[in-house]
Amino acid sequence: MKEEPLWYIFINASLINNFVLAYFLGICPFLGVSGKMETATKMGGAVTFVMLVASMCAYGIHALLVAIDAPFLQLISYIVVIASTVQLVEMFVKKLSPALFRALGIFLPLITTNCAILGLALFQTNKGYGLLESFVYALGAGAGFTLALILIAGLREQLEFAEVPKIVKGTVLTLLIAGILSLSFMGFAGLGSQ
Amino acid sequence: MSKQNKNKTGFFANLENSPSTDEFIKGLWRDNPVFVQVLGMCPVLAVSNTAINALAMGLATAFVLLMSNILVSSLRNFIPKQVRIASYILIIATFVTMTDYAIQAISVELHKALGAFISLIVVNCLILSRAEAFASKNTIGKSMLDALGMGLGFTFALFCLGAVRELMGNGSIFNIPIFPDNYQEWVVMILPAGGFFTLALWLLLFNAAKVNRTEVR
Repeated sequence: MKEEPLWYIFINASLINNFVLAYFLGICPFLGVSGKMETATKMGGAVTFVMLVASMCAYGIHALLVAIDAPFLQLISYIVVIASTVQLVEMFVKKLSPALFRALGIFLPLITTNCAILGLALFQTNKGYGLLESFVYALGAGAGFTLALILIAGLREQLEFAEVPKIVKGTVLTLLIAGILSLSFMGFAGLGSQ
Repeated sequence: MSKQNKNKTGFFANLENSPSTDEFIKGLWRDNPVFVQVLGMCPVLAVSNTAINALAMGLATAFVLLMSNILVSSLRNFIPKQVRIASYILIIATFVTMTDYAIQAISVELHKALGAFISLIVVNCLILSRAEAFASKNTIGKSMLDALGMGLGFTFALFCLGAVRELMGNGSIFNIPIFPDNYQEWVVMILPAGGFFTLALWLLLFNAAKVNRTEVR
């Protein structure tokens, strides 16, 4: 594995290969909770936290599975760890802010089936990142996810007042905006390659 | 979300008096997982850049859906209610691991093209939602038909996207050139942005059909 500077890993995960707009990971919450700015921000925070915990756990699990020579258990153990982390976050949020808990609704437990988190764990394993690198990668991925969610929430809030044909309203409009955002994120492609 | 709920209630309402062939047909068209229920978007967008990738992904998902639906349905009286979601995910993860190794054995090239997205079938909301909403409440036979219908509907939707994206972006379908040599490829269709645009256009088509139908009535 070639050495990558940490800042490059962060920029790569958050901008160049943005999880939502370039890898299409985590589209469900992206379409679901991006209607309001406030929920979008907090959802981004929750996902980033789960990502950090899951990434650290995945690093440990991978080391363990390599030691006992059972790579076929990788997927199963990752998903179990993610599910329990989400359960933890859910209890935490419920206790701390019931209003937020209601606003996120079904999408909070659904973080378990958010592909961005499992994807992150799998990608960092494939890339052979170390502990610190994994941490930065998770941070970058979380930041990228939050950024994409906030951008689209801002756009959708404005579009509430726009008059659009009936058949375009809803998912179609969000997908079109996402496509345009994805196009503009391609502008970051040359970043960091020198 | 509201659209999805409405579909579900409508679907449960007429479940009692519908023939079993209906379980199969509904997944293909009326409750198509991608175009109508908007479930399992991530793989739909990510691997639909060529028709062959889309087809392989669709079939792999359909297989996992079928097997997990059968197992969930046959174990539905033994799984305690509190831990059901965790058990479903474990069942799904087992079949996904098997599929992952099987695809690697069949074609390394295809495995590389699909990459992590085979493993990510685990978190495809379509499979979990069928296990929770259908297989855990119905007999094995019905669940099998449901899974087949939904799986084929998913494959069909993926193929629709993949074919359009490959045709526009590469001028071919299944690597067979369709357009003459001087066709200028729309590279954007192969890129991530093209996935969003193509899916938006397909949904637009379905919406337009729906609006038309209600107006005629």
